[in-house]
Amino acid sequence: MSVVSERLEPGAEQRAANALLSVSDLHVSFRQGTELVPAVSGVSFHIDKGETFALVGESGSGKSVTALSVLRLLPHNAQITKGRVMLGSTDLFRLPEYAMGAIRGLRIGIIFQDPMSSLNPVMTVGRQIGEVLRLQRGLQGQAARKRALELLDHVGLPNPERHLGEYPHQLSGGMRQRVMIAIALAGEPDLLIADEPTTALDVTIQAQILELLERLKRENGMALWLITHDLGIVAELADRVAVMRAGRIVEQSGREGFFEHPEHPYSRELFTAMPRLDACLVRPETHHSDPLLVVDDFKVHYPIKRGIFQRTVDYVRAVDGVSFSVAKGETLALVGESGCGKTTLGKGILNLIENSGGRVCFGGADITGLRGEERRKRYAEMQIVFQDPYSSMNPRMIVGDIVEEGLRALHPSMTETERRERVEDLLQNVGLPKDARLRYPHEFSGGQRQRICIARALAVDPKLIVCDEPTSALDVSVQAQILKLLRELRDRRRLSYLFITHDLAVVAELADRVAVMHRGKIVEMGTTRQVLFEPAHPYTRRLLQAVPKLRLEKHREF
Amino acid sequence: MLKLLWTDILFFILLAGFTVAIARARRLEHLRRPWRKVARSRSAMVSLVILLAYLFIAILDSIHFHPRIEGENGQYRGEVISVLDSWMTPIRTRVEKTYSAPFSSYAYAKEMIRQPDGTQRWDYPRLRYGGAHLSDPERETMGDILRIGTEGLAKGASVWAALALLLAVWRSRLDRIGLTESLTLIARGRTEIPWRAALLTLFLILGIGGMLGELGLYYHVLGTDKVGEDVFYQSVKSIRTGLLIGTLTTFATLPLALGFGILAGYFRGWVDDVIQYLYTTLNSIPGVLLIAAAMLIMQVYMARHEDDFASLALRADFRLLFLCLILGMTSWTGLCRLLRAETLKLREMEYVQAARALGVRQGVILVRHILPNVFHLVLISVALDFSSLVLAEAVLSYVNIGVDPTMESWGNMINSARLEMARDPVVWWSLAAAFLFMFTLVLAANLFADAVRDAFDPRRAE
Amino acid sequence: MIRYIVRRVLYAVPLLLGVNILTFLLFFVVNTPDDMARMHLGQKHVTQEAVEGWKHERGYDLPLFWNDRAEGTGKVTQTIFYQKSVGLFMFRFGRSDSGREIGADIRQRMWPSLAIAVPSLIVGLLVHISLALLLVFFRLTYLEFWGIALCVVLMSISFLFYIIGGQYVLGKLLQLTPISGYDSGINAIRFLILPLIISVVAGIGSGVRWYRTLFLEEVEKDYVRTARAKGLSEPQVLFGHVLKNAMIPILTGVVVVLPLLFTGSLITESFFAIPGLGSYTIDAINQQDFAIVRAMVFLGSALYILGLLLTDLSYTLVDPRVRLG
Repeated sequence: MSVVSERLEPGAEQRAANALLSVSDLHVSFRQGTELVPAVSGVSFHIDKGETFALVGESGSGKSVTALSVLRLLPHNAQITKGRVMLGSTDLFRLPEYAMGAIRGLRIGIIFQDPMSSLNPVMTVGRQIGEVLRLQRGLQGQAARKRALELLDHVGLPNPERHLGEYPHQLSGGMRQRVMIAIALAGEPDLLIADEPTTALDVTIQAQILELLERLKRENGMALWLITHDLGIVAELADRVAVMRAGRIVEQSGREGFFEHPEHPYSRELFTAMPRLDACLVRPETHHSDPLLVVDDFKVHYPIKRGIFQRTVDYVRAVDGVSFSVAKGETLALVGESGCGKTTLGKGILNLIENSGGRVCFGGADITGLRGEERRKRYAEMQIVFQDPYSSMNPRMIVGDIVEEGLRALHPSMTETERRERVEDLLQNVGLPKDARLRYPHEFSGGQRQRICIARALAVDPKLIVCDEPTSALDVSVQAQILKLLRELRDRRRLSYLFITHDLAVVAELADRVAVMHRGKIVEMGTTRQVLFEPAHPYTRRLLQAVPKLRLEKHREF
Repeated sequence: MLKLLWTDILFFILLAGFTVAIARARRLEHLRRPWRKVARSRSAMVSLVILLAYLFIAILDSIHFHPRIEGENGQYRGEVISVLDSWMTPIRTRVEKTYSAPFSSYAYAKEMIRQPDGTQRWDYPRLRYGGAHLSDPERETMGDILRIGTEGLAKGASVWAALALLLAVWRSRLDRIGLTESLTLIARGRTEIPWRAALLTLFLILGIGGMLGELGLYYHVLGTDKVGEDVFYQSVKSIRTGLLIGTLTTFATLPLALGFGILAGYFRGWVDDVIQYLYTTLNSIPGVLLIAAAMLIMQVYMARHEDDFASLALRADFRLLFLCLILGMTSWTGLCRLLRAETLKLREMEYVQAARALGVRQGVILVRHILPNVFHLVLISVALDFSSLVLAEAVLSYVNIGVDPTMESWGNMINSARLEMARDPVVWWSLAAAFLFMFTLVLAANLFADAVRDAFDPRRAE
Repeated sequence: MIRYIVRRVLYAVPLLLGVNILTFLLFFVVNTPDDMARMHLGQKHVTQEAVEGWKHERGYDLPLFWNDRAEGTGKVTQTIFYQKSVGLFMFRFGRSDSGREIGADIRQRMWPSLAIAVPSLIVGLLVHISLALLLVFFRLTYLEFWGIALCVVLMSISFLFYIIGGQYVLGKLLQLTPISGYDSGINAIRFLILPLIISVVAGIGSGVRWYRTLFLEEVEKDYVRTARAKGLSEPQVLFGHVLKNAMIPILTGVVVVLPLLFTGSLITESFFAIPGLGSYTIDAINQQDFAIVRAMVFLGSALYILGLLLTDLSYTLVDPRVRLG
């Protein structure tokens, strides 16, 4: 059992009594086959009128399940086994299902992580908002339209008149989330639940949405229940914080107290694991001179075909004339927002995507023109580690076969025992037990899978590894471990990394140099310290401004 | 003298392939897991027992030979019969004049009967074989049926008991427990795999089978048809036809669907264009019409090469094989499209890209990464198609473009019996028999296919 | 948008061409017209003259692709391919092997086919979709479990038994409807009720299961959760959101078969003696009339390709993601 440390201010008992929402001793389980697997076990907290309450936790900690059980929107294989939720003086679990219609949308609004899938794809924005207005506010026709326009204007959507008649797919990610917020606000709720509202968004958009939530809370006088894994967001918005782990709240306190003296060891672990921008300041700058990979005027263009005969009328310039080099033992970070072409560039260099122009020199020789066996062997000296640890391994193969796949392809003369020894060696190198060899990928956690992927890449003794967002799908604490592993391997094996990421703090932890990519072009390149602390290009500055401020604070010792 | 027909050989090759596949799958965890889930489902195990019973009969009916002529050494008859035929010889050979109702000792229609005293009487004549051992059918039939039926039931039950005991012994060895304990676990339904339900089903099959088999020696348990053939015999013989169409068709379907689907999805570009064109064109021809056209053409071909199809059995066998082939030609497009779409998705999967980055050859990627990951689609589609193919046989035979009219099949039984619906009293037994046999098979196949789909479809996994 | 349509129409041309060539190969190259003639005239005792005569009457005595003896364009036009296959593109079906005008037959017989196929489709859709919605509404209850079990049972019964059973119970025992037959004009309704009921009932098993999976797929999506979070009731969610999205695959699935309604249903029409195109085809198959079967193969394919075309169009109309994509 973990220790629950409640540090409430004096008079808290009484405050809890007239709280807006109070959850007590909530238990939720999921049915898996014949078993009941607990997801939330004994969670209690309360949210006051007008305050921002943040529920923080890593994936699988049960924070979203808690929010969904309050609204009674759990998936069908989940069930609330115990607990009480009071909204004002209403016991939500005692209400009949039809009466929940007057709670959802009217008293409590909610926004979800992915605005694209959360909006109905075949209904216009106007109708999706109008539906709530009609149901919860009794507005119809012109009145509803007027109110919808007001709402869209209120959530900062430019040109609301136009967007009212549009479908979700016609909007950008940030605009969709604004629409989602407008829908949640349409019933004028007392409480807005924001379940990871910015996780699916780019960092600059993320900052805008957070600002918007803060403003709306202030102006509408409603309470905000923020659910997130990101302590940076918590530091910016929350009045009170609760940390959740494995279905339990391990610590609950006011923001100031929490950030100054986190009590629970797990909270402290979260703090230390968080990558920080200033990490690059404390470590000495290294200089590498021996160029390994030289990319010259690299282009990947996709033709846009139009007309009856599919003539190519234009190109999407995904990567548009990029040049850079990576030295032996060096880590170059490629930073940019989604859609900037950084992943395309990484795959293009490995020839996983056909390039439309430019050269790739590796170890002093041009390898773009190679064909056949020669090309297969040379290209294998560069390897790749992907973002998603779930789709990057064949679910039908055991780990041993996955890791030795490259050996089989490139060194067919190796005997079975040699290969096995090699695989066991590699697995130990990345911090996994030898017998992991005989198990299937699904038996491992996300972080362990990423270790296997790294072992697979290392099997063929590459000189350079393209790391395509290798830690973005991982929890903060696991991310720190993987970054540590990557650092160790780099130093031990004199590896070079082309590290592709959107997260500037991760860059600071690992990279020697940084290249900022925007719309298919590199707009700024320099040492990590230069780019992060003396940015020259306005786009870089914009990226940096959007980073939650906690990341910029001075390194802290616990 | 053994004389296997073409379809026999292909059927056994298919079964052998199946057995090898099962043996291999037992070693692969990712295949064992879903199969275990199938085995834990009660409806799947019950239907599996039924399917296996059908399969057992089909196998018996697929070992053909020339029977030895009694008395003369080393002489064989020209006709070809199967093990099942020789097993059912008493039922097979006792042909009446025309219709008779189930368990009846009299014919369906009245005729002039010459009395012993020389006079003639207009009445229902006694059957030559059905109930011939009774002196006064009206009074004796019920009791006789009960007596013989109980005898058959006892025989069936003893076979069942032996099998059940065998299972218990096997389980007790495997689980390292005593025999009695193993028996109690099974009897109480406390086993992981629902053995009790499976055994109950087996008891039903063996019990009913034993009764019908024993009664069949004295009566026409399901009546006789227009030419006096035993309907029970026809229904049992039809099992092979239905099963063969359901399974052999996949022979023609799988290579096309798998090969084209994966190639189109993986290589894209012009390969994809050509394959897509091919299956859209084929798909656009209405299936029944394409089969009809092909069957017409086959008839012309057989008429031209009459000498090559000397015996009726050979003719019917060739026609069955051709039907499977043409059914396969019309049904591969659906699976092909499915596999193409899945391969398109898979080739962008990161593990395929990682394999390419590791320098793994294209062919190896196809076999190691693509094929195992589309396998569940193939399996689900084969399982789901089986029942629709059995149903299709009936419809096609009705339109006269199915199996040979001389071949026993449920479709042919329905086709010849439906005209008798207008008679009074109705000749219902042929239809009822075809319905029962077909419905049991198709229902079992559907339930089993559902279980397979639930276990293998990743979207339905918990 | 217009360009897209034009492109899809152009894509249909090679498809039709492919079907045409395929049927030509099937009917004239695999088996020669001589074989057909012998088949019709009887195998054994037939003179070469009789065969030639039979071929000449039907125009099968020309060369397949190239006529050396003809003049000018006749080298191409005086061939079986040109006369029998190219004409199909203009829907000139020619004469059947027994000498009837196929085009006229088709024009006359498509009306009874439509009269049974259209109501069957509409009523079937309504019934199946409503039942599927009902099952989805009562999901995770015993009603759903038994509903699905019943569906599996229903889909395990051969269509033939539905017809035989329906005719016996409704037609013979209860005498509610005529067992089979057809009448012109408004009187036809009397004869259409039974086939209509049977085709709808026979389709319940697979139809309801299919629509149910479509709905379930939608029900699990995130936007449905959003709709619930708005405070909508379960029926409002099902009708307002789920049905709306599921209608896209349903509609486009229906559009494919729309043109094929003309050709009718082989089995239903022949069982109920409805003089439509389905029974026309069956009769042709039984009489081994190659000309009619060939015409019907081409007509069916052309209609299916038309269906594909309409499907593409309907996507652009129904799905805003495609329309405005």
